[in-house]
Amino acid sequence: MIKIIVPDLGDGIEKVEVAAWHAAVGVFVEKDADLVELVTDKASFNVPAPVGGILKRILFAVGQEAPVGSVLGEID
Amino acid sequence: MLQVFDLDLIDHAVAMSRQKSLLPEIASGEDDALLLCEHPPTITFGRKFKDVNLFVSRGDLIGQGFVLFEVDRGGDVTLHAPGQLVLYPLINLKRQDIGLREYLQKLEKVAVDLLGDFDIVAEGDDGNRGVWIGRRKIASIGIGVSRWVTYHGMGLNIRTDLSLFSRIRPCGLDVKMTSLKAELGCDVNMADIKSRVIIHFQKVFGY
Repeated sequence: MIKIIVPDLGDGIEKVEVAAWHAAVGVFVEKDADLVELVTDKASFNVPAPVGGILKRILFAVGQEAPVGSVLGEID
Repeated sequence: MLQVFDLDLIDHAVAMSRQKSLLPEIASGEDDALLLCEHPPTITFGRKFKDVNLFVSRGDLIGQGFVLFEVDRGGDVTLHAPGQLVLYPLINLKRQDIGLREYLQKLEKVAVDLLGDFDIVAEGDDGNRGVWIGRRKIASIGIGVSRWVTYHGMGLNIRTDLSLFSRIRPCGLDVKMTSLKAELGCDVNMADIKSRVIIHFQKVFGY
């Protein structure tokens, strides 16, 4: 199981809001495809899928805030 | 290397499509890109948009000739119109080895340096992103990132009809918008501004 992590977006940004998931649980996602969109005050950041596989779990729903380094979901 | 595309006056949707089509080659190739353009009267709503920041109904805005878009960038509501130079940089942040905050600061610096050419003292603001001359705002910023490549960017008011901004609370802030023309008290040549912006952009980002 591969974890999808909130990346370090640069100094000063500690948490981000989940704006959209581009795939649903159970769906195959391609490596490097935009998987989940995070928003800070002025930026929308799409986290790419770290590997190709099935999106197994979503741990932060749209509208929730996630700290940098936390696990957003898992791919298998 | 930086590829520069001067798109002149084009629809927002076309500019978005150009950015999205360039993204894969910026993500995997060697070069970055800078798109320069102006838009017909357009209002865009970012991911942080709140209804209270729109003073006119969407129907009325369309009746007044505005084009409206929900867009996948950070930030609230903003307005584009002829006379506003829009910069859409497609920068590979991994290759540049910079984080989001530094990228936004560099983008602001491009506008600050341009205004410096005209002896106007402006500054960016880590708290309220954009470029400011005192309490007047001259440039608005909102970006997106996909595969570590930036898109969307900055709208810099050069000779924009500032009365258009009365329809919105730009970026959700009670601010007075300004333009280079308004600050100087005389008109400016957009072609000259574009040339200067390209030079400052290359210098700030180290191309």
